[in-house]
Amino acid sequence: MSARDLFTFSNPHFARGVGLTAAILIVTAIVGFIVLPFAQPWVQFANVWDAICSAAGVPQRAASTAAPAQDKRLSEVVLTSSTLSRPSQEAIGRGATLAQRCAICHGPTGVSRADSPNLAGQYAAVIYKELHDFRSGARTNAVMSPFAVNLTDQEIADLSNYYAYLPRLPAYHPTPQLPKPNIVIFGAPMRGIAPCGSCHGSLDNKTGSPWLEGQSEAYMKAQLQAFASGERRNDISQQMRNIARAMTPQEIDQAAAYYASQPPDVVKAVD
Amino acid sequence: MLVNRKLILAHFWLAFAVFGVALTLGAWQMFIRSPIGTWLSNPELYYRSLTAHGTVMGYVFPTLVAMGFGYAISESALQQRLVGVRWAWAGFWLIVAGSIMAVIPIAMGRASVLYTFYPPLIGNVFYYLGVVLVVVGSWIWVALMSINLRVWRKANPGAAVPLAMFANVAGSYLWAWTAVGAALELLLQIIPVAAGLKATIDAGLARVFFSWTLHAIVYFWLMPTYIAYYTIVPRAIGGRVYSDSMARISFILFLVVAMPIGMHHTFADPQVGAGFKFIHSAFTALVALPTLLTVFTICASVEIAARLRGGRGMFGWIRTLPWDNPMMLALAFSFVMLGFGGAGGLINMSYQLDASIHNTQWITGHFHLIFGGAIVIMYFAIAYDLWPHLTGRELIDLRLIRTQLWLWFIGMIVTTFPWHWVGILGMPRRMAYFDFGDPAIAPQALSVTLSAIGGFILLTSGILFLVVLARGMRAPQADAGPYRFALAVHQPVTVPVALNTHALWVALMIALTLTNYGYTILTLALTEGTSVPAVYVGAQ
Repeated sequence: MSARDLFTFSNPHFARGVGLTAAILIVTAIVGFIVLPFAQPWVQFANVWDAICSAAGVPQRAASTAAPAQDKRLSEVVLTSSTLSRPSQEAIGRGATLAQRCAICHGPTGVSRADSPNLAGQYAAVIYKELHDFRSGARTNAVMSPFAVNLTDQEIADLSNYYAYLPRLPAYHPTPQLPKPNIVIFGAPMRGIAPCGSCHGSLDNKTGSPWLEGQSEAYMKAQLQAFASGERRNDISQQMRNIARAMTPQEIDQAAAYYASQPPDVVKAVD
Repeated sequence: MLVNRKLILAHFWLAFAVFGVALTLGAWQMFIRSPIGTWLSNPELYYRSLTAHGTVMGYVFPTLVAMGFGYAISESALQQRLVGVRWAWAGFWLIVAGSIMAVIPIAMGRASVLYTFYPPLIGNVFYYLGVVLVVVGSWIWVALMSINLRVWRKANPGAAVPLAMFANVAGSYLWAWTAVGAALELLLQIIPVAAGLKATIDAGLARVFFSWTLHAIVYFWLMPTYIAYYTIVPRAIGGRVYSDSMARISFILFLVVAMPIGMHHTFADPQVGAGFKFIHSAFTALVALPTLLTVFTICASVEIAARLRGGRGMFGWIRTLPWDNPMMLALAFSFVMLGFGGAGGLINMSYQLDASIHNTQWITGHFHLIFGGAIVIMYFAIAYDLWPHLTGRELIDLRLIRTQLWLWFIGMIVTTFPWHWVGILGMPRRMAYFDFGDPAIAPQALSVTLSAIGGFILLTSGILFLVVLARGMRAPQADAGPYRFALAVHQPVTVPVALNTHALWVALMIALTLTNYGYTILTLALTEGTSVPAVYVGAQ
């Protein structure tokens, strides 16, 4: 016997094999696509075809409901792999000129004496996002917002590249290094808090998260409290608000004090 | 007639060496996230280890065992020298190259994506290329098994293909087709993103492609075990296979129904229609059929051996079985674990029951019990049975072998039973550490500790296994005679063409894949706006 004798309905194995398989498929299809959809009293179908399409997972436009009105602006920053890649020397130079107006708070070398963030050597993506958010109003600050509103996209990119280009310098008033608190290296698993270090350095870095080493303790504490109270809301998908809300006041103190005491030159270089 | 012993030994040694490494990583993982270990200050290390453990245990180890065993079957069951030995070596070296290529980025922490890939998480491109090389290497084996069978058929027109080879080729075809899902996911979706050609990926489609591979791959892992049940165990304990036809039907059923069932892994995924989930659930239930046939046939075959040894009574014959024979012991342990694991599997495949254990530690407990337990213990038995024929030396220390098998069995039960239990309590999987100091989960600390102890029993057993094999390489020489497979009570003289060839069943397997996956894959691929930005591991 050859394959020719096999693939014919006169061969009982073929007839039974194909017949049984087809029968099982048809029966399960009828149950899955017709019987079970109609067995759900809480779902209404117009007709059988409607039920079949629903069970097959045919993509459907959701009924157009108005999106809930937003009384506060959300972050709209889009960052692609080419947004900030390979800045030219001219771009950095333009950024340096623009940065003169930032120096009053953020320091002439990018290190602040006024409990504002140190920007020297901060990741370009971080400065890019925050400036965009200040400009759009997703983040507000009485001092900072007026500086940002008139910046163009190009100016924001240049400023980001300039500050990322500066060498990281120790804080203006460095304090003795503190040991790592639990919240920084372990987080709090039962409260859904990832370790601070898994995004902000010490363990790993995630795009858009600033490194925090040597930043002002008062500033970091104020931002965590602002996230917790919902006063600051430019974090995507509430990542920081969810964390800050679940942190105890003591953990906020520990995290801020720890990061403030670290020298910034330990931060991993970015290519 | 085992001619290319070096080839087969190379496959087995590489398989068991990487198994040893991955087993050690696994025991460390159990320890580090149990209450007896201190929390890992860098969870990334855990995921790095987990990726290595899964990649080796899922892709490299069982594939090499199936390949080495397949070459041994081809030579000894068909009584002909392996055709295409150079190609076989090429496949072996591809796997070596692929494994090294994949492991380097994992060790550097650039590919901590777990062996199931989990897009939109994207790791270093060389990790994926390494996995592709491993699969390509194994496809050479698939082709060689098919070619060798064809050469034999030409020389023996119309003769019944020996059961071991029939099953072996069925397993190779199953692997060839099931690997296509992950291959499509890697080549069309992940590798372009990992290489920087694209920045977004359709994660839902990728998960459907992976489910195509992920379930049937288990049956590919299972094939050497089932071949051992049917063709080694009855011979080793002095019995006969109860029914040759039943064996063929079991393997054919695996070929047909192992494939179109993978969507039970996507029960919680919104991109798959509920109707298709139901069909896949129903077909998953059908896979129990070849397993039940096998359990029946093997129990009957074992009973034959017992009655030949003078066993009497309804159950009295069980006592007369050769319990000091490692093969008997391995079979019994394997069946017990298959029974518990299979019962758990019925829960996973039920749409509603799955909801209570989905993504919990129950799932990890389940597949360790089935794969690490029922399947791998028979890999040990296969190695013990083949070793004297491959090395020309006797394995003398049966007591050590029995101890090893006992330890593996006990270790697997101690590891996986508490693992299932904490899963029912809701403990999620893929976590680097748990806060057992919190009253909410403090009661689970005892179960997790037991599980970790089980992990170390398994590690001990794994080391013993390697010791037995290594000592077997230096034992005094002894001729083990030709390698034989079990005979059936009624040895087949002529077999109907449907039970002697694979074409019809492969056709049904492909047809069912198209009916059960085709619509979902096409709609997802053609629907706009279903991609999400890739998340690169270790990117700034």
